[in-house]
Amino acid sequence: MVNSGTEHTVKAFDSDINELRGMVAEIGGRSEQAIAKAMRALENSDLELAAEVVREDKLIDDLEKRIDELTFQTIALRAPMADDLRELIATFKISGVVERIGDYAKNIAKRVPLVTQTHRLRPISLLPSMSKIASELVRDSLDAFARRDAELAMEVNRRDQIVDDFYNSIFRAVITHMIENPKDIGEAAHLLFIAKNLERIGDHATNVAEMVYFAATGEPMPERTRGENPTTPLDDALSDGAD
Amino acid sequence: MMTDNQKMQESIESINMTDSATTATKMETGTPKMTARHVDVFYGDKQAINDVSIDVNMDSVTAFIGPSGCGKSTFLRCMNRMNDTIPIARVTGDIMLEGQDIYAPQMDVVQLRARVGMVFQKPNPFPKSIYDNIAYGPRIHGLATGKEELDNIVESSLQRAGLWGEVKDRLQDSGTALSGGQQQRLCIARAIAVDPEVILMDEPCSALDPIATAKIEELIHELRGKYAIVIVTHNMQQAARVSQKTAFFHLGTLVEYGETTDIFTNPREEKTRDYITGRYG
Repeated sequence: MVNSGTEHTVKAFDSDINELRGMVAEIGGRSEQAIAKAMRALENSDLELAAEVVREDKLIDDLEKRIDELTFQTIALRAPMADDLRELIATFKISGVVERIGDYAKNIAKRVPLVTQTHRLRPISLLPSMSKIASELVRDSLDAFARRDAELAMEVNRRDQIVDDFYNSIFRAVITHMIENPKDIGEAAHLLFIAKNLERIGDHATNVAEMVYFAATGEPMPERTRGENPTTPLDDALSDGAD
Repeated sequence: MMTDNQKMQESIESINMTDSATTATKMETGTPKMTARHVDVFYGDKQAINDVSIDVNMDSVTAFIGPSGCGKSTFLRCMNRMNDTIPIARVTGDIMLEGQDIYAPQMDVVQLRARVGMVFQKPNPFPKSIYDNIAYGPRIHGLATGKEELDNIVESSLQRAGLWGEVKDRLQDSGTALSGGQQQRLCIARAIAVDPEVILMDEPCSALDPIATAKIEELIHELRGKYAIVIVTHNMQQAARVSQKTAFFHLGTLVEYGETTDIFTNPREEKTRDYITGRYG
């Protein structure tokens, strides 16, 4: 059952919940921005922007702490039930997941100084499209939370397959590039890690989506339907999601 | 006034009924102990309960929750015909105890209330000794043949109610001299003493402090399975803590009845959700 939005008799409860919703929107916005900035820094070799992402991750960490404290307090003081309880549990878990997304963006930013020969690394051309979709998943999963939209949450889970497919392609392209250009192995390895970070960001967005679905419906999200069954052990390992 | 013969007959019947009930209980813990079907209750022209059907099981504690005036206490009182004492109250529909219609003309109401005991909001011990509070029921129902047997019933009832340790050295003190929480456990012991099948509790903790409340809740937990227990409570946390099944009443209807964990984590009905999350206005 989806929250009908009616107010609690105890108004202070509503203001706690609204404050938490606001902070979840903020931590989501900041992590999305961190991904975008880290990727822009990578494309332009902008070391200053990369450093900014690393610095700003502290804000995301602080937000997570504040969300957890207020959630904890609200559960203790208000003894929430039903959809209120589910929303608070979801908030608690989502804040942790989104903080991890911020960490992955920070990790991408930290690799920017180590990837300098961008013009030679052909597989890098796939990364902006991949990061765009990963960012969209993060944004949509948090929009789904704000709107209690179980449908959108399911949609996020389905679209994570695209991010996984990107990773698969990049993995193969990077390996090929390494074989052809052994002197680029070091930098290409960083590219691979960056792609892996984006793939993990997509997985975490699906974790958020699963919590949204649970908060909205009271049921666990139905098992994700993957595209095709992996045909080789490599495909299997590469397509391994967050489950 | 009943003749001695009638009394004797009643005592024999009560012992037989109790025996057969105990056997049935052991065999059928999974089946409903009490069933209500399409129950309506009227106070004069006013309808207080509207088409309520519910099963009460032996192996779970059932909580009735709902806002004031929703009919939960009225319905509870139908289950051992306490509403009979209100002249303008009228009950229709079926309420069965072990398949017997409790509103059937041949149903002995005194017997019924021994089989379906009740504990009230305000502890109401008799102004008698602790011993006599417990012994009263077994005496009038002829459950003990001698002093020794009666002593045993008093001790085991007090023990089951978790009160024996606190009162065993002062059984002759007045029941009213005990603390509120002890008085309530005395009332539970008194209900247990006649070996009931069902215990109805009407807000048994609302006059008690949190520690006395916790002791009653622990007691309810221990009595689960031995008796079918139904508890009416205004305290939703209490319903969540002590019950396995919860029924939500609103304006005389049974809105939702299900597993307590489902009701409190994922209620099906919006009215239930609004009430338990504090949106009921």
